[in-house]
Amino acid sequence: MLPFDRVVADHAATVLRVCRAALGPVDADDAWSETFLAALRAYDDLPAGANVEAWLVTIAHRKAIDVRRRASRRPLPVDTVPEVLTPAEDRSEHDDLYAALAALPDKQRLSVAYHHLGGLSYREVAELLGGTEAAARRAAADGVSRLRTHYLTGART
Amino acid sequence: MTDLTTTDLTPLEPDEATLGRLRARLAGEADRAGLLDVAYTTIDSPVGVLLLAATDRGLVRVAFECEGLDRVLEALAARLGARILAAPDRLQGAASQLEAYFAGTLRHFDIPLDLRLASGFRLSVLGHLAEIGYGRTESYTQVAAATGSPRAVRAVGTACATNPLPVVVPCHRVLRSDGALGGYLGGLEAKRNLLALEAAA
Repeated sequence: MLPFDRVVADHAATVLRVCRAALGPVDADDAWSETFLAALRAYDDLPAGANVEAWLVTIAHRKAIDVRRRASRRPLPVDTVPEVLTPAEDRSEHDDLYAALAALPDKQRLSVAYHHLGGLSYREVAELLGGTEAAARRAAADGVSRLRTHYLTGART
Repeated sequence: MTDLTTTDLTPLEPDEATLGRLRARLAGEADRAGLLDVAYTTIDSPVGVLLLAATDRGLVRVAFECEGLDRVLEALAARLGARILAAPDRLQGAASQLEAYFAGTLRHFDIPLDLRLASGFRLSVLGHLAEIGYGRTESYTQVAAATGSPRAVRAVGTACATNPLPVVVPCHRVLRSDGALGGYLGGLEAKRNLLALEAAA
């Protein structure tokens, strides 16, 4: 069995991309941490030859739901000035991609995240999100084309 | 990602600093939760990069770069469990004592050791090595005699060559009877350097 450190080294970036696409930049860090902690707890039971990346993306999906649920219970910080949280220099076109992702219906956004960024097959995406393999394929395609329309045209013109 | 090649996803791309920060946070949380079989770190030293690894009992492995750090971690995973992360906090004591040793200001290590990677005759050889004082040397023959097996000179050599805790358990203080260096798992240059360091201090 590979040292867990190697699993982190090999998949840290992929899992963070998936978490960022699923949750946005702020909550992604928490989801990333909880994903790898949960993976570490379960690592000894991972069957030899398992697809480690798919396993991690599956865990990331569950953790993203947890983080989302907690975030929705969090009271909105009405006293905080938004500019403090988002310094001007960070407000680049990056925000446009996150805004475009956030505007997608959950199923499209998560299908894009898990298939295109996380490398899951459409069948695996369907198992995670419910519905059929064909529906997952369609959701990912619709998500990508909406991203192209809203993000690319917005950011590039 | 073929369908997305025309879409610029670089905002999602993590930079090294972010990944480093997240990995450090993970290591800290994992260590505090008791989830790690082995914590490790690497330090620079006059004899090259050293890998230091510890279990919850103590320092379990010191490895030289020439041993192949990936290979060392894989061997540790096989022997002690695969839940291994770079978690420098657990190695702070060992790292600072080694630093003082290489600076010539520390002559005797005082850190908990986990000797479970050695057993039997090799373990008793390591026990004797710990008694060879700073700046002194013994021959393989003397070590064999001191461990009660005077004919086991070759086995003493093997015990030194497989010492899981070089530098800290001073197998570099064992030479051939004619004064030649013998072998060293960190390379003869490293052995020479350590002996010179101790002779000078």
